[in-house]
Amino acid sequence: MKQIKHHLTESLLMGYAAGTLPEAFDLVVATHVSMCDDCRAAVAEYDAVGGEVMLDMPPMDIDVDALAATLAMIDKGAPVPKPRQKARGVFPAPLQDYVAGDLSAVKWRKVGGGVSQMVLKTSGDATVRLLKIPAGTAIPDHGHHGTELTLVLQGAFFDDTDRFAAGDIEVANEDLNHTPIAEAGADCICLAASDAPLRFNGIMPRIAQRFIGI
Amino acid sequence: MRRTKGMLTENTISLAAPRGRASPNADAPANMAVKLKVRGVKETQSDKRLAWIAQLDAVRDQKDRTAFAELFAYFAPRLKSFLMKSGTSPDMAEECAQEVMVTVWNKAHLFDPTKASVSTWIFTIARNKRIDMIRKQRRPEPEDLPWGPEEAPSQTDVIGLQQETELLGRALADLPAKQRELIERAYFGDLTHSEIASETGLPLGTIKSRIRLALDRLRHAMN
Repeated sequence: MKQIKHHLTESLLMGYAAGTLPEAFDLVVATHVSMCDDCRAAVAEYDAVGGEVMLDMPPMDIDVDALAATLAMIDKGAPVPKPRQKARGVFPAPLQDYVAGDLSAVKWRKVGGGVSQMVLKTSGDATVRLLKIPAGTAIPDHGHHGTELTLVLQGAFFDDTDRFAAGDIEVANEDLNHTPIAEAGADCICLAASDAPLRFNGIMPRIAQRFIGI
Repeated sequence: MRRTKGMLTENTISLAAPRGRASPNADAPANMAVKLKVRGVKETQSDKRLAWIAQLDAVRDQKDRTAFAELFAYFAPRLKSFLMKSGTSPDMAEECAQEVMVTVWNKAHLFDPTKASVSTWIFTIARNKRIDMIRKQRRPEPEDLPWGPEEAPSQTDVIGLQQETELLGRALADLPAKQRELIERAYFGDLTHSEIASETGLPLGTIKSRIRLALDRLRHAMN
């Protein structure tokens, strides 16, 4: 496994374990965790915190026939779940579920400047998309109103802060203005989620934004 | 907090073993019980956790309804309580708690006591059920790691993780009320992720390190 340098924040790890993030963020977290043992272990720890919170709840009366009703549901039978195996290909399994396939199944749509995207369908306020940035290309300088998560799946990009390669995740908030540039060599493919529209700093990108929808 | 401090006692716990998925031999004596001597304050509360594991094993291996009823009696009222705190109506919380326990039965074979305490595992089922039934969203989950072919899990690993989870629960109970409430609210869904503090005051890191080591061993075995 490659060395991953940029990880999830504590608040995202806890939010994912608590099950309170928007679906778009859950998808990025689940995809990163599939690639990163450190964050997998950290989520397990926050799951344990959730288990202890649940244990400490004052027990609530339940229906007298609740157990019987539950056993009746069990008797009806249900498919026996199996562990979900590691996906083959570039995309980890949770992402393949949303794309309905691997990288080759992505329906790219050009959004200008050589960049292509595919918006993935999720419910809730946040949005998530796959981005393909040709090697050496920059995404216009932008800031963020909310939180933006960018997970690299293939290739690498760098910005004012650092270099991000496959498996790395950048968590950007209001404070970060940056111009991510895809590294020369290979196209950079990212999974990016945002809970607010990006804020572009030039007038031209702002006009373009209306058309490209990022 | 209602968590009672353990009393100084000595107990002997039976753990149904091995849990290895590589031995599908249903004829094997299910009660190849491993006798574990557990002593002292810290371990007394862990006893309860080892008993849950034994109950879950009985559900998995013998479809044991008595063992299931014991798990149900303990967890269903707390699940309902937890779900109601998360803003669910009593009726819906009751229905959801029952669904969680059905899943516990159906997924008993997927539980791994070296990776989670039973309480942790049941919490994750409840969390996913809440997202599914109440928020009506999909829950993307990470892919599972190929853990097999399996030997029986090391009892040291099992007990270590149960004790660490117990200590985490104690630490939560011992936090100042304000701090504890903040953590609870994060799990009830009252806080947005940006409102969740990165500093919890909990002694985090032990469980993470244990699981991280297990993952390293696994990666090593796969290579």
